Amino acid sequence: MEAFQNLGFWGTLLVTVVLSALPLVFILLYALVTIYLEMKVAAHVQDRLAYMRTGWHGVLQPIADFIKLLQKEDIISSAADRKLFILAPYIVFMGTYGAYAAIPFSSIFIGSNIDLGAFFIVAASSLVVVGILMAGWASNNKWSIFGAVRSAAQMVSYEIPTALAILVGVMITGSLNLQEVTKFQAGGIQDWVIFGGPLPLLQKILITPFTVITFLILFVASLAEVNRTPFDLPEAESELVQGFFTEYSGMRWALFYVAEYANMFLVSAVVVSFFLGGWGSPFGSALSGPIWGLFWFILKGMVLIFLQIWLRWTLPRLRVDQLMYTSWKVLTPFLFVCIICIGLILVL
Amino acid sequence: MDLYTIAFYLFAFITLGSASIVVFSKNILYSGFSLLFTFFGVAGLYVLLMADFIAITQLMIYVGGILVLVLFGIMLTTKVINVDMRSGTFQTLPAVLVVAALAGTLIGIFWTTDWRISPEAAGFEKTASKIGEMLLSSYLLPFEVASVVLLVALVGAAMIARREK
Repeated sequence: MEAFQNLGFWGTLLVTVVLSALPLVFILLYALVTIYLEMKVAAHVQDRLAYMRTGWHGVLQPIADFIKLLQKEDIISSAADRKLFILAPYIVFMGTYGAYAAIPFSSIFIGSNIDLGAFFIVAASSLVVVGILMAGWASNNKWSIFGAVRSAAQMVSYEIPTALAILVGVMITGSLNLQEVTKFQAGGIQDWVIFGGPLPLLQKILITPFTVITFLILFVASLAEVNRTPFDLPEAESELVQGFFTEYSGMRWALFYVAEYANMFLVSAVVVSFFLGGWGSPFGSALSGPIWGLFWFILKGMVLIFLQIWLRWTLPRLRVDQLMYTSWKVLTPFLFVCIICIGLILVL
Repeated sequence: MDLYTIAFYLFAFITLGSASIVVFSKNILYSGFSLLFTFFGVAGLYVLLMADFIAITQLMIYVGGILVLVLFGIMLTTKVINVDMRSGTFQTLPAVLVVAALAGTLIGIFWTTDWRISPEAAGFEKTASKIGEMLLSSYLLPFEVASVVLLVALVGAAMIARREK
C-alpha cells in the first residue's frame, strides 16, 4: 500500500477495493484447481479414473460443476430460521477471507503487513466457528446441529495445539509478522525453521528434532481446524449426511465449499510461512524475487494441500473421544515439552 | 470526509446497531448472534485507535471464546430441556436506577476527560513488543496473579464437571 499514496479519496478507495479483491481471484482459481485435484487424487487412490469426458482427462469438470451450481434453485426449508440461514455462509466465508489479509504471498504482495499477522490469522479464523454454529442451528435439523456442535468443539479444542505450535515458530523467528518470519528463513532450505532455522550448528542440531515434531503437530492440528479427514466428524457423510450444511444447496452451499477450500490453503500458508520458508526459494538467492516468491509460496502450499487430500483417502475417521484424546492428551503435552526444550536451547 | 472518518462511522454503526438488537431482541439466540457484530465493531474501533493488539485480542477472546460458550449455553438449554428461552422486561425500577447511575458516570467521564481527537496525535507504532516488555517487567505481579486466577478457574471447572464420579 505504500506505493499508492496521494491518490485522493476516490483513488485510495479504488486501490483499496481492488487490492482487497485480489485474494478472492486467487481463491476462486485455486478452488477450481483443488476440486479437480481432489477428485483425481481420490480416484487414483481408489484405482479409478474419475472424470474423463469433459475436456482432456476431465479438466473442464470443475467449470461445468460451477455452472451447474449457478443454475440451481435457491432452497430454504420452511422450518429453517430464515435470517440466520441466509447469513451463516457469509460469516464463514468472511472469517476465512479476513485471515487472507495477513498472508504473505510474496515479498511485495501481502494484504496488510501488520505486525501481528500470525495472531490476526488465528483470531480471524475464530469467526468461522460462529458461522458454523449459526448454520447448524438455523437449518433446524438434527444432523446439522450435531455437525455444528461437533465442529465447534473440535475447532475450539484444536485451536490450542495450533496456537502453541505457532508460538514455537514465533519463539525461533522472534516475530509475529509473517513477512519478518519469512525473511528470517531466507537462506534456502537449510535455514527453514523445520530444520532449526539459521542458528549456530550446535543449537541447530539440538533444536531440529523438536522443530520437526512441532511441524508435524501443527500440520495435524491444522487438519482438524479445517475439518479434514481424519478429523472430518462434523460432516461425516455416513452418520450426519453433510453435517452443518446438510440443508444448504446451490450457491449458498458453494460458499461453504469455497470457504472450506480457502481454509485449507490458509492453514497450509501458515505452516509454510512458519516452518517451510514462506515465499523464500529453497535454493537461497537463486530463483528468488517477487514473482518466483509467489511461485514458491503457492507450490509449497499446494504440496501440503496434496498431502491433505492424500490423507483423506488413506486414513479412516476418528471417533469423537479419540479426537479429544488426540488434542488434549497427545498434541498439547508434546507441544509443552517442545516449547520448554526449544526455549532452553535458544537461551544456550 | 476521509476514509478514516467513514470507517469510524461504519464501525460505530455496526456496534450500536447490533448492540441494540442484543438488548431489544425477544429471541435470545438472535441476541447471542448479534453480539458477534458488536464485538467485531468494537474491534474495528480499536484498530482505528491504533491499538492493534487489543483489537485482535478482542476478536480472539470474545468471538473465539466467550461468544462460542454463550451460544453453546443457549443451544444446549433451549431445545434439550424444552424451555422457551425468551428475554422479557422484569424489575423495571432497579434496572432504571442502575442504568441511570452507569450512564451518569460514563457521561461524566466523557465530559471531563481531555480527549486527543486527531488520529495523528498518537501515531502508529508497534505495540506488541512494548506490551510484552511491560507485562514481564512493570506489571509482572498482576500478570502472574491473573494467570493463577485462570488456573484456579480451570481446576474448579474440572472439579465441578467430574463431581459425579
